[in-house]
Amino acid sequence: MTTITGNWDDGAQVIDLTRSPASMRAHNVSAWFGNHKVLERVSLDISAHQVTALIGPSGCGKSTFLRILNRMHELVPSASLAGTVLLDGEDIYRGPKPVTDIRRQIGMVFQKPNPFPAMSIADNVLSGLRLSGTRLHGRSAHAVVQQSLERAGLWNEVRRRLSEPGGALSGGQQQRLCIARALAVEPRVLLMDEPCSALDPTSTGVIEETMAHIAHDVTIVIVTHNMQQAQRVSQQCAFFLATHDTPGYIVESGPTEQMFSEPEDPRTRDYVHGRFG
Amino acid sequence: MRALEVNALGFTWRSLFCHICRLESLGPVVATRMKGRNYVSSSVEDIREERLEIRVSRPPADRVYRAVARSAGAVTLVVMGLIFLFLLLRSWPALRDARWSFLTESKWNPDAHQFGIFALMILTFEIAIVALTIAVPVSIATALYITEYAPRAVRRPLTSLVDLLAAVPSIVFGLWGRAYLEPRMVNLSKWLARHLGFIPIFKVTTNTFAGSTFIAGVVVSLMVIPICTAVIREVFSQAPPGEKEGALALGGTRWGMIRAVVLPFGRGGIIGGSMLGLGRALGETIAVALIISPITDKTIHIIQGGGNSIAALIANRFFESSPFAQRALMAAGLALFVVTLLVNAGASAIVSRSRSGAATEI
Repeated sequence: MTTITGNWDDGAQVIDLTRSPASMRAHNVSAWFGNHKVLERVSLDISAHQVTALIGPSGCGKSTFLRILNRMHELVPSASLAGTVLLDGEDIYRGPKPVTDIRRQIGMVFQKPNPFPAMSIADNVLSGLRLSGTRLHGRSAHAVVQQSLERAGLWNEVRRRLSEPGGALSGGQQQRLCIARALAVEPRVLLMDEPCSALDPTSTGVIEETMAHIAHDVTIVIVTHNMQQAQRVSQQCAFFLATHDTPGYIVESGPTEQMFSEPEDPRTRDYVHGRFG
Repeated sequence: MRALEVNALGFTWRSLFCHICRLESLGPVVATRMKGRNYVSSSVEDIREERLEIRVSRPPADRVYRAVARSAGAVTLVVMGLIFLFLLLRSWPALRDARWSFLTESKWNPDAHQFGIFALMILTFEIAIVALTIAVPVSIATALYITEYAPRAVRRPLTSLVDLLAAVPSIVFGLWGRAYLEPRMVNLSKWLARHLGFIPIFKVTTNTFAGSTFIAGVVVSLMVIPICTAVIREVFSQAPPGEKEGALALGGTRWGMIRAVVLPFGRGGIIGGSMLGLGRALGETIAVALIISPITDKTIHIIQGGGNSIAALIANRFFESSPFAQRALMAAGLALFVVTLLVNAGASAIVSRSRSGAATEI
């Protein structure tokens, strides 16, 4: 549970402050780009309050699956999908909620840090709220900025230069700014698509700490190529695989510890021990 | 030999070292190791080090192509220079006659030796500003529709259609404007004058509405739209996809994403495209000449009949002018040439300096 401590003096309180982490369930999800099928009937349960890691070699559909979870997949022209995705039991594709609302509840952090470079750091954090029509001013805005940056572990580094452009930060800081920006809209699930692959080990470490820190407040699903990272940050794990000319599917999923120590499938064992991929 | 200051400790060693060099005139020394530390004696380096001269022998085909490309580029510049020179020489007697009053005088009466560019320049800009006021918003909207909203199948045809608009000869726009648009625009002009007459630019002092700056500006705007749209569309299409996805992933609507990412990114392109359009609008000749009822006094009442532009003035007057008046018109042409050149140079500077103009990385 999160609560924003701050003075909401402008009366118009739009954000639900007691939004809790949600569970997600994907059932028989398939995906295509044009006529090319990239995912084959993938089913996965994602528990609330936990970090779920999606691992597997390149091109096995992990990222596609992740993007299906917050309806970013459909932005690619010619992309299509089948199956059901539930957010706390509610179908995000067939339900009544508009897509903008779904994406607000299921935030996303991308592989390449993508802050709005011309906007100030503070405005970057507030941009999600502005995009969804919430304009905060004065102290309430500052409270959101501070709280989000604190959660993303960036506050101490940028507190004195909130009005500097977001593009001036280092790569790792930019990525944490993107996390802060995603957290500011109080999502119930946060999807992270290889968030550290463009960063150096130190920044990676800081981001992993950040993830451990926020995992109580928001369900996290992370795609990673890094076995050690999956082991360090996640409690649940799903192993994706695609062989020649066949779309990607989940070989095995379960508690991370078990997946790494005693996997059921020999392919999983080979992959987590670095024998292929 | 110059002494090198690295640090206090290094200095003593170095002066000693220099001493030895001078006394014994050692050969070129690049680095010496003393007491386990590396000292790069750059004072010696500067003098003795021989820099490698890299010569690349280009294959003949490359050399020929270079020569052709270079001379083609040079021809453009030379032609520009020659045109400038031609205008300057031809207009020189008139300019010498008018002196600085050429820039400040509002009357255009060369045969009475009373002429200047001031009022004409203002009238020219009035038409251009009317044109841009219409063309820029339309161009931005068109560019946004093409890059962000239109279905993929429609994008390409729509783009070529807008480009095709640029291929329509301006005389056609002029004829259409004169014969079709003007009689219909007059009613709008009347309406504007009646309801917005309290605003000075919409005020009328006469009862004629045909041949106004307003109507000429509307026709010119049609010729400016393709240029503006092409530049703005190009810049919008380069808006970084990562940022666009970021905005959408935050729960933004498409319009929200456009305001957060595409428009800030494309600002340089919008300004640059508008200025390129301005350059085009300032120089537009035949359409304006066909429509406008020429006057030579400055006015801000754009709705009422009567306006002018330098290009239209030259087209209308040139062949019926005395030799001296022709030289005065040359001078007017020179002024237009310089202003247009400056506007276009400013436009390209803005486009290339903006974030959207440079190849961006983020």
